[in-house]
Amino acid sequence: MNISLHKPYDAIAGGLFILIGAGGAWIAAGYPLGTAMRMGAGYFPTLVGVCLALLGLLVLLRSLSFSRAEREEVGDLFSIRPALFIGGSVVAFALLVPSLGLLLATVVMTVISGYARRKTHLGELAGISAALACFGVLVFAYGLGLHLPVLPV
Amino acid sequence: MELLANLAIGVEAALTWNNLLYCLIGVTLGTLVGVLPGLGPVATIAMLLPITYGLSPAAALIMLSGIYYGAQYGGSTTAILVNLPGESSSVVTCLDGHAMARQGRAGAALGIAAIGSFIAGSFAILLVAAAATPLAAFALKFGPAEYFSLMLLGLVAAVVLAQGDLLKAVAMTLLGLLLGLIGVDVNSGEERFTFGLPELADGISFVVISMGIFGIGEIISNLERDETRKISVSKVGRILPSRDDYRRSWKPIARGTGLGSILGILPGGGAMLSAFASYMVEKRLAKDPSRFGKGAIEGVAGPESANNAGAQTSFIPLLVMGLPSNAVMALMVGAMMIHGIVPGPQVITERPEPFWGVIVSMWVGNVLLLMLNLPLIGIWVKLLSVPYRMLYPAILLFCCIGVYSVNNSLFDVLLTVGFGVLGYLFIKLRCEPAPLLLGFILGPMMEENLRRAMLLSRGDATVFFTRPLSLTLLLLAVGLLVIMLLPTFRRTREAAFTEE
Repeated sequence: MNISLHKPYDAIAGGLFILIGAGGAWIAAGYPLGTAMRMGAGYFPTLVGVCLALLGLLVLLRSLSFSRAEREEVGDLFSIRPALFIGGSVVAFALLVPSLGLLLATVVMTVISGYARRKTHLGELAGISAALACFGVLVFAYGLGLHLPVLPV
Repeated sequence: MELLANLAIGVEAALTWNNLLYCLIGVTLGTLVGVLPGLGPVATIAMLLPITYGLSPAAALIMLSGIYYGAQYGGSTTAILVNLPGESSSVVTCLDGHAMARQGRAGAALGIAAIGSFIAGSFAILLVAAAATPLAAFALKFGPAEYFSLMLLGLVAAVVLAQGDLLKAVAMTLLGLLLGLIGVDVNSGEERFTFGLPELADGISFVVISMGIFGIGEIISNLERDETRKISVSKVGRILPSRDDYRRSWKPIARGTGLGSILGILPGGGAMLSAFASYMVEKRLAKDPSRFGKGAIEGVAGPESANNAGAQTSFIPLLVMGLPSNAVMALMVGAMMIHGIVPGPQVITERPEPFWGVIVSMWVGNVLLLMLNLPLIGIWVKLLSVPYRMLYPAILLFCCIGVYSVNNSLFDVLLTVGFGVLGYLFIKLRCEPAPLLLGFILGPMMEENLRRAMLLSRGDATVFFTRPLSLTLLLLAVGLLVIMLLPTFRRTREAAFTEE
């Protein structure tokens, strides 16, 4: 018999569900469980966690094949670059707004996010960030009156 | 004539200048995101939610619902003109709509889509208005056992009728339930899954989850592909459909309206399912089915009416029982809670003004869409040529401001980025994220009702089977599960979701 992995994505998803479900159930089992009549804090989450882990197991088992099934095409599993730069730009924005103000934080955010793509036009990026910074200040700070500092404090 | 009196309250609320303005903003934004692929109503509503803090509850809900049904109109425009479905619900419109456009009849297709949508929307809104009061009165009879069973049915139905893999969809729902339980347990005061972090004591804000997964996760995934799309826009031509078009279309519009109104109420149904169902019905009823796919106007009129009717009636479970039937409605629950309206059958009597205001505004919004859409088609099409690299920084700015302004917390922002990466991972693993949001919103409500039901029955779990209403709901859920496992249904379901 020949066991092979014919759906790698499902295998990872299944593993993820098992991990989260089992972990959640394990943590929840530490809370007071109570009885079926007076359920404690742990009752429902334990139940849900166990169900999730079981489903994860099903997904994982289904991804295995006992015949020589065609293996699913797999591309890059995870592209680090966009994830890193997009995430980073949002964090930078939140860090900078209190001190630098909305205007400059938007510029920094846009420029960082621009590097999420492999090819970046600096001139175009500058144009976009200037336009967005002005738009953001006009609409959010003045138009909608959100309490965000506009200029460096 | 209680209905008329109620509608009068709604007219008064919806027709103030302020609320009219927000209705206009909502439907315009909705059309915009409907036109733009890669940005959907879920992400848009999530981004704009925090910004509505300063508005009155009625204005906020009017604007946010406008985004949802406005997106249905916008999605069909791009489906017809460029063969790109802006929204999942307009996938079927591509088939015959774009075929008509290639024959130089784009105007007629757009015209019939707008007219059909308007007729269907108007009818569905009347239905919502008429059904609201009796259904809410009925819902007040529900005890905790019924509510629990109803939510279970809702989750099962949402999974069965949704796109993608069933097992993974159920797992995503459970994951959402688990995430929803994070924070202090209201009954015992015990902190759950907080890992000692005080920021998690109140639970994760659904703005964080939805914006992370549907906003940031989506951007990362789109950038990874980084395709440069080539767009060839068809000429619009004469907008008004011919007499022959009307003759062919009125029956499909009527059938689509009816079908969409019913399917929209189902949990997980909404606009997309209605459009698919209508297309299949029209094809089956047609004298010459081979015309379909080659520019049959029935294939535009039916599904377009159905998706708009479905979008409107999917508000019924939300407005009447406070239960969301899809991801957009889950966000609306959050919006209501932000504005201090606890969703449920009591809303209709306790807060009649925003309730009826929203319903009437939907009709006003449909009128605005009809007036705006046809003349502005040129502008919408131009927007399509804006490349994604110029678009995503703007989307990102909305996300940033949205998350940060919820409570000026860096922790929330970090959490959002985390969910963004997680959302991207889910997209890669082909796990549909919409059920997660539904589970997240329903999780705490389900636990609460389960606890109450078990307490009232003194720990006897048979309470769910001995109360007739609860039993009916559970049987429906089981029935759905059984149907789902039947091979013929599975094939039809797969065919329906993959038909291009």
